[in-house]
Amino acid sequence: MTDALLTVEDLTISFPSDNGPVPVVKSISLTVAREIVAVVGESGSGKSLTGRAIMGLLPCRAHVRASRMLFEGIDLQTLGPAGWNGLRGSGMGLILQDPKFSLNPAHRVGRQVEEALLLHTKLSARERKQRALDMLARVGLPDPERVYASYPAALSGGMGQRVMIAAMLINRPMLIIADEPTSALDRGLQDQVLTLLRSLTEEFGMGLLLISHDLQQVSRYADRVIVMRQGEIVERLPASELAQAQTAYTRGLWAARPSFATYGTRLPVFEDSGRPS
Amino acid sequence: MQKAVLRSLPEPHNSRQPRWRELSLLGPLSKWLMSFAMTLLGLALVTFAMTRLSPIDPALQMVGDHASQSTYQAARLELGLDQPLPVQFLRYLQQAVSGNFGQSISTGQPVASDIARTFPATLELATAAIIIGSLIGLTLGIAAAMRQGGLIDAIARFVSLFGYSVPIFWLGLLMLLLFYARLHWAPGPGRLDVMFQYTVKPVTGFALIDTWMSGKAGAFRDALAHLALPAIVLAFHALAGISRLTRASILSELGQEYVLTARAKGASLSRVVFVHILPNIAGTLLTVIALAYASLLEGAVLTETVFAWPGIGRYLTTAMFSGDMPAILGATLVVGSCFVLLNALTDVAVARIHKGQAR
Repeated sequence: MTDALLTVEDLTISFPSDNGPVPVVKSISLTVAREIVAVVGESGSGKSLTGRAIMGLLPCRAHVRASRMLFEGIDLQTLGPAGWNGLRGSGMGLILQDPKFSLNPAHRVGRQVEEALLLHTKLSARERKQRALDMLARVGLPDPERVYASYPAALSGGMGQRVMIAAMLINRPMLIIADEPTSALDRGLQDQVLTLLRSLTEEFGMGLLLISHDLQQVSRYADRVIVMRQGEIVERLPASELAQAQTAYTRGLWAARPSFATYGTRLPVFEDSGRPS
Repeated sequence: MQKAVLRSLPEPHNSRQPRWRELSLLGPLSKWLMSFAMTLLGLALVTFAMTRLSPIDPALQMVGDHASQSTYQAARLELGLDQPLPVQFLRYLQQAVSGNFGQSISTGQPVASDIARTFPATLELATAAIIIGSLIGLTLGIAAAMRQGGLIDAIARFVSLFGYSVPIFWLGLLMLLLFYARLHWAPGPGRLDVMFQYTVKPVTGFALIDTWMSGKAGAFRDALAHLALPAIVLAFHALAGISRLTRASILSELGQEYVLTARAKGASLSRVVFVHILPNIAGTLLTVIALAYASLLEGAVLTETVFAWPGIGRYLTTAMFSGDMPAILGATLVVGSCFVLLNALTDVAVARIHKGQAR
């Protein structure tokens, strides 16, 4: 648990504008070991950009600077295009929000699940297919053969997200970045998918960076929680200690969660001062 | 606990069991045929209206200015011009379906045989042009999208702007001047050298195929050389649109999330473009190429005139200048039907490409 897979120090992301570069992520530091770290924040807090920057997937006009960005001893800031392509899909993977858009509509599921094996291993086509079928079964898809041969259009949202997880985990990466992996699913499916992600993370001994806007939900699945706001980290604490959060912002978020205790009453309105107008 | 979770998942749609929508296999096909037939009917109606609205009197055209009143009346009767319009239209329709477009006034031949002679020439030219144009256009568009803002992108932009804006007849004349008159690289206008024109038997009407079948290597090379220049001029016009659209659609797909997924698996930019994006935009590209092809079939008039290419475009223009109504109608109907048919076939092809992929 203590050996960090990923170490990020003083990460700053800025975008050029007419009035000079505008920083959207300001000097944040975080580490991820073989654990689940949740990054929580409202939209625009820079949490998704942080995830993309770790994968080297920000648009070229974004300017990324950090004093240290290490993944398993590899300095991410010195990687060229070929180095990144070698690392993505074998060392780390990215799970996006909505499988309706994040799966390629023109490729059959099997081909998409196998792709990381095709790109990073020398397995034969038959071995790849066997691994893909195993993985589809492992993420809980009934009748993997049929899912393997169908187009994403034939899948429901929950099935699509399981396919996405299978595609990203098939090559056993060390780190998975899940960017709002359940926001496009309905509530019942959200818990199924998060439970699956947690059990696979433990089974494969991976690190999981879980990016979400739902503090209450991720707190049930994460080991540690990092709260971001306007590009800065305002709080970091073990998920079990959320109730004793130090900053007013986190306490406010936590108090605004719906629960059985607050059922039928009005939730406190979240007062947010200091928001740039 | 995991097991219970899994069982509650919705079953995927079983494609082996037909749903109510797919019960009738005939449904989509008959619908397609219906819309195809309706478009053709509309085309026939418009061309028919053209003849009746134009100031040209077909009976007078047939018998000439100096014919007697009784000859003129007999011609009117023979053409059925005394009948009410709906009856005339039905008769026109019936004749058109049986391939009888009447007699051309300027050539003295049946319009159908004139078209059979000229249309293959146009088809050959347009096909050669669309093959060259789409190959270069796609390559240029893909290269420009992958090197956005780079040198290739600038060249591609210049080429397509040039292709759009330069008048095609001017380019044709310029190329004839350079490659025929100055450099002597290309043969002169026409489809075949006079030397071969009477020795090669026209079987299919396609110069390339006919000369190939004649077994004379020199004749085939000559036909190819005659085709090259006009085909390149036409292709230049077609590739402008094709390369711009290819570039634009690849760039818009590059921002899609499935591209991000592919990148996250370690796919390189060229793999993303060729393996992930192209299958998704294949339908769009096919539609654009088919439209360009259709417009080459009907719009090669200027090129055919400049290169003295005996195609249907030139036949149609000549017919218009001499007020040769049967020829105009026949040629318009054939070109229009080709356009409609090509569009309908494209729709079917696009639907086949993206079968089962719609989100």
